[in-house]
Amino acid sequence: MEALKKVSGIAAPFMRINIDTDQIIPALFLGGTDAKGYGAHLFHGWRFLPDGSPNPDFILNQSPYDRSQVLLADRNFGCGSSRERAPKALREFGFRAVIAPSFGGIFFNNCYRNGLVPVELPIENIRVLVDEVAHTQGQGLITVDLEALTVTSPSGQHFSFSAPPALREMLLHGMDEIALTLSQSSHIDGFRQMDRTKRPWAYFTQ
Amino acid sequence: MITQTPRTFFEKVWQDHVIKSLDQESDLLQIDRLVLHELSGSQALRALEEAGRQPISRQQVFTVIEHLISTQPGRGPCDSVSTSGPSMIQTTREASKKWGVHFIDYDDPRQGIAHVVAPELGIAFPGATLVCCDSHTSTIGGVGALAWGIGASEAEHVLATQTLAQAKPKTMRVTFNGSLKPGVFAKDMILALIGKIGAQGGIGFATEYAGQAVQDLSVEGRLTLCNMSIEFSCKYGFVPPDEKTFQYLKGAEFSPKAAAWDQAVAYWSTLASDPGAQFDKEVTIDCNMLEPQVTWGISPQQVGAIGINIPAPKTASDHEAQALGERALNYMRLEAQTPLLGVPIDVAYIGSCTNARLSDLRAAAAVLKGRKIKPGIQAICVPGSTAVKHAAEAEGLDQIFIQAGFEWHESACGFCGHIGDNRFANLRVISTTNRNFESRQGPQTRTHLASPATVAASAIKGCIADARELI
Repeated sequence: MEALKKVSGIAAPFMRINIDTDQIIPALFLGGTDAKGYGAHLFHGWRFLPDGSPNPDFILNQSPYDRSQVLLADRNFGCGSSRERAPKALREFGFRAVIAPSFGGIFFNNCYRNGLVPVELPIENIRVLVDEVAHTQGQGLITVDLEALTVTSPSGQHFSFSAPPALREMLLHGMDEIALTLSQSSHIDGFRQMDRTKRPWAYFTQ
Repeated sequence: MITQTPRTFFEKVWQDHVIKSLDQESDLLQIDRLVLHELSGSQALRALEEAGRQPISRQQVFTVIEHLISTQPGRGPCDSVSTSGPSMIQTTREASKKWGVHFIDYDDPRQGIAHVVAPELGIAFPGATLVCCDSHTSTIGGVGALAWGIGASEAEHVLATQTLAQAKPKTMRVTFNGSLKPGVFAKDMILALIGKIGAQGGIGFATEYAGQAVQDLSVEGRLTLCNMSIEFSCKYGFVPPDEKTFQYLKGAEFSPKAAAWDQAVAYWSTLASDPGAQFDKEVTIDCNMLEPQVTWGISPQQVGAIGINIPAPKTASDHEAQALGERALNYMRLEAQTPLLGVPIDVAYIGSCTNARLSDLRAAAAVLKGRKIKPGIQAICVPGSTAVKHAAEAEGLDQIFIQAGFEWHESACGFCGHIGDNRFANLRVISTTNRNFESRQGPQTRTHLASPATVAASAIKGCIADARELI
């Protein structure tokens, strides 16, 4: 799994609420069993005009935001469908962090497994970041430090955030989550031995 | 005597599955059932194989062909409106057979939408942890399971370990007091809740549905209720099991049998929330006053009683919701302060894991019987499972739909999401599905969510219509 410790990058403010994963990547582009090939369709319905050309009004089609690594959004970002191609598409485009007041829970978990960190900050803090980005015409960089659990604005203001410890550790070191779990097999086997007696119907399906 | 602190259903089921605490927030959980389908399941199976791993507990894994497979009568094994559909269906079929997981193919009489099939077949059971790469897995909470949607990487983890790391959510109880009036359904209850607490209202929570109106619902109605938990961003929604749940599951193919059944029921009967158990958040809805609900916007929170005037954006709760309101009216091509009733529609769609069970088709048929849909309207019914389709045909519902002017399809996820068929492009659809997001059902398609009865009535009138005038 891809690791992430810290990113300093251009930040695109896209301050809408309830941005759902159907908008992040429409179902039409979920085809194939490949791990890649989704970034080109990120925000397809908003990013491209009906004739397929880039929509000049969409922020990610404008310089310098076309090189963004941090996305600033409003509450309930990534709500809706569980499609893991949503964080994959964001990551392929170049994003390493999304900062929003809250996230859809399935999307939140999916981010950590795709080299992308979802950062929850109060809306007041995000508005400060948006203002500073605007003042620098998008050139001011925002730093997300997953090790220190801080977000730093272009002018140097720090905001702290929290992250689920186990997921954070996994992303910091790019760990193989499955190998990590399999290394706990004595715990798992012990649990199942007890559970099979308590709930035998959970284990037998024939 | 030791007095235990009263616990909620959620706390009992979660605690039953904790293998190990991972940190202050997260636990490693035992997963009782993994359900896969050909859209995301194929990704999980491929990734597992590429990593040189194998499913560790094949008996607890079920694959159903339902997301991409065609709904056209006479469909073939790989027919799909999605260009990549045939290869994804075939990949999933081959991997499922190779690994020996339970596999339900397109022509199996047990086939259907995963969240319809899992309760029907007893794959799901009370107190189970059940996961699937689909956000509407919350549906299955309707039989008292703890069921939630996951990503493909999480599914790969479950395949390899039959466990999953999850942050423990807080608990919310939504109490639906009173009784539903005729013509008002579970769909209206859940839409009203989302309208009240907002599309973000359930983030970080697991929601128990309680109260007289929930007790009175059939298991099918409870499945509808739980289905749309994710539409207020709540991963988990459930109705703790009761006698109705047990009767629904008894005798199903994968339900325990004989003495094992009695043992299971005895255990399941202990799972309901204890009197006095505390929830982190409480919400109450009065069902005595509840009217049929219809969405008017591009988020399920943009919903109201069928008789309302479409609200002006400035009446929304804050600046951001007002902006969403303006975008919604623009996208939906609707005027503020005009009636929702009477808005002309192009398509009426009955289908999906939300509202395509037998009771849903009966509710629609009660409106359609002896009537014709308005000429020019496209009307489509895609039953939620092949078993639902056969049961409907056995009681003649298919003929009521067909004579009214509806198309009668094979079961699958169908037109709930746009996977390649542009049939609904630029059209206004009234739909029994769960998402009214921009272009969800097709390019620039404008979706209004409603109950099957409301959709049937709207098909007849050719505009958003109140079924109570026709029943």
